[in-house]
Amino acid sequence: MTALAHVPTSAGSPAPPPARRGRNRLLPYLLLLPGAAWLLVFFALPLLQLAAASLYDPAGSLSTGYAMTWAVGNYPDALQAYWPQFLRSFLYSAIALVLALLMGYPLAYAIAQKAGRWKNLLLVAVVAPMFTSFLVRTLAWKTILSDNGAVVGLLRDVHLLGPDGRLLATPIAVVLGLTYNFLPFLVLPLYASLERLDPRLLEAASDLYASPLRAFARVTLPLSMPGLIAGTLLFFIPATGDYINAELLGTPNEYMIGNVIDSAFLVRLDYPQGAALSFLLMAAILVIVFAYLRRAGTEEVL
Amino acid sequence: MRSPLRTLTRRGLLTGTLGSAALLATAGTLAGCGTKGAQQTEAGCKSDDVSATEKKLAFSNWPQYMDTDEKDESKRPTLDAFIASTGIQVTYTEDVNDNNEFFGKVQNQLAGCQSTGRDIMVLTDWMAARMIRLGWVQKLDKSKIGNVEANLLPSLRGRSFDTGTEMAIPWQSGLAGLAYNAKVTKEIRTVDELLTRPDLKGKVTALSEMRDTMGLLIQAGGHDPANFTPAQFDDALNKLKKAVDSKQIRRFTGNDYAPDLAKGDIAACIGWSGDVIQLGFEDSKIKFVVPESGVMLWSDNMLVPNKATHKANAEALMNYYYDPAVAAKLAAYVNYICPVQGAQAEMEKIDPDLAKNPLIFPDDAMLAKSKVFMALDEQREKEYETKFQQVIGA
Repeated sequence: MTALAHVPTSAGSPAPPPARRGRNRLLPYLLLLPGAAWLLVFFALPLLQLAAASLYDPAGSLSTGYAMTWAVGNYPDALQAYWPQFLRSFLYSAIALVLALLMGYPLAYAIAQKAGRWKNLLLVAVVAPMFTSFLVRTLAWKTILSDNGAVVGLLRDVHLLGPDGRLLATPIAVVLGLTYNFLPFLVLPLYASLERLDPRLLEAASDLYASPLRAFARVTLPLSMPGLIAGTLLFFIPATGDYINAELLGTPNEYMIGNVIDSAFLVRLDYPQGAALSFLLMAAILVIVFAYLRRAGTEEVL
Repeated sequence: MRSPLRTLTRRGLLTGTLGSAALLATAGTLAGCGTKGAQQTEAGCKSDDVSATEKKLAFSNWPQYMDTDEKDESKRPTLDAFIASTGIQVTYTEDVNDNNEFFGKVQNQLAGCQSTGRDIMVLTDWMAARMIRLGWVQKLDKSKIGNVEANLLPSLRGRSFDTGTEMAIPWQSGLAGLAYNAKVTKEIRTVDELLTRPDLKGKVTALSEMRDTMGLLIQAGGHDPANFTPAQFDDALNKLKKAVDSKQIRRFTGNDYAPDLAKGDIAACIGWSGDVIQLGFEDSKIKFVVPESGVMLWSDNMLVPNKATHKANAEALMNYYYDPAVAAKLAAYVNYICPVQGAQAEMEKIDPDLAKNPLIFPDDAMLAKSKVFMALDEQREKEYETKFQQVIGA
């Protein structure tokens, strides 16, 4: 993910300047140093520690300590016990992603191309919710979807929900929460791509008798691909690992893999299993992301 | 894309060698990993007491667990009086929000026999039991806490994790029982009603605190939560599982059930007496029920962790809060069960209504029905907690 942010987008980069001797050759490495040191201390080392923990002897305990026994069996055991939560995580975040795309793409397009002088205001409106804490916003959804609230009342009145129907504590609430909470991560990169879209290209397309739909499919969509790919990844990755939405808006039947990892580390004190589940989640996401980038073509993003 | 045909270059060879070396080194470091046991012993982890020369005390407690002045929230009358009378400077921090979270905060220091910078921390029974089991708590000097000896409620003496009542001194206690909102449902009397009554379907919550929820269910099954067998536990858990599978139980909560109960999103729940009293002050339709089969009595306990250097000062504070007059002032503010005998008589002078409230000063009949969950060893704790977490979905 971090790799996406700072990689130049131009395909034909200029020829590298002739190498100079001495300090100047070291300069790029010196510039890298703070970031690299940061990543080493706060990412690589903890990751290594986590990898080690995932292979600890599962029979160990807090008071006796955990021995390193290369217990690879932790992985299949964890997967066997919690595969439903794994599947559910990916299912929910995939549905949320589709919903977010349906809402986010038109929104980003409107802000980038049609908003005129309202552009900045609309952008602020997309970002403003992030000024309050994630938790507070999710708690607000509890009030919005409350059984005795206006939304549920209206849906009952129009018979979309039964007289005893509810939204809170159902998969619908969890998916809606995910969609809402991560929508800005999708909209902002999309906006950045669409903003650079040259309207003259669309004019040219219509001059050449392309229907609006065709112009969208052949011009707008391909040109917004980098933003679309970056946005979907930024949405999908944190949404899959999220546990707050399931915890607050769902029931045990909606718990996602994040809830399981949380309880493994904090409640059950089963560190090997928690670590193994974390790695499985990371691996699953990496596989999905790589498969996706392969299909979508990395050069669009990188 | 690089061409699939690659010839061996010097650079390729070098990176390959370096890469494999790095991998091997990583594997080597991993093999050296593993954690040491966190168990400490009294002899192995000695703590010095400098109370005589340092009149200081660091006190970690839960939020809203100490009386504050009505006009000035930053003043704490009982604590300020203690500071004035003893000259001990108390640093009072409200940094315990959750037992598990707090455990994570102090775990590394205590496992390594290092100071946590705290002299008293307040933790719930089961967490106190875990800390005592790990040898992380200092034994108190009984001669210095005479008030505790004299005034502690009989039902809180000799609890299974601290049979001598010399390590964990209750700060406040409470009950876990049933609660319902009379605006949305009719009265509930038993745990079975909560778990099976059709009109409550999807409108019930239970506590994610295993000991409270399971303790109530074990009692409802006719067994003793202070002394039960694994089979009796499984029995009760099956009942809970049925209620989860049939979608009777909407979710498992911490303190957050309270607003939902007030709004009527949930009609009935397993909840804590203190929360329900608070809600009852605002809305008399919200009621706490002590089921016929019995309730769970829990306490938040004051512990002096290893390497805390002001044990004698801590004992002075514990002794002070077990003075019935002080305990009554505190109880008038926090509305939990007051663990101090004699405080009820003192409360008559402050607020006669509160003195009659059985959820602050339980009568003998209620105390007879209340039980403390049994202390579990590490293996059982993990086993039960895992089974329970599986039923509640994580």
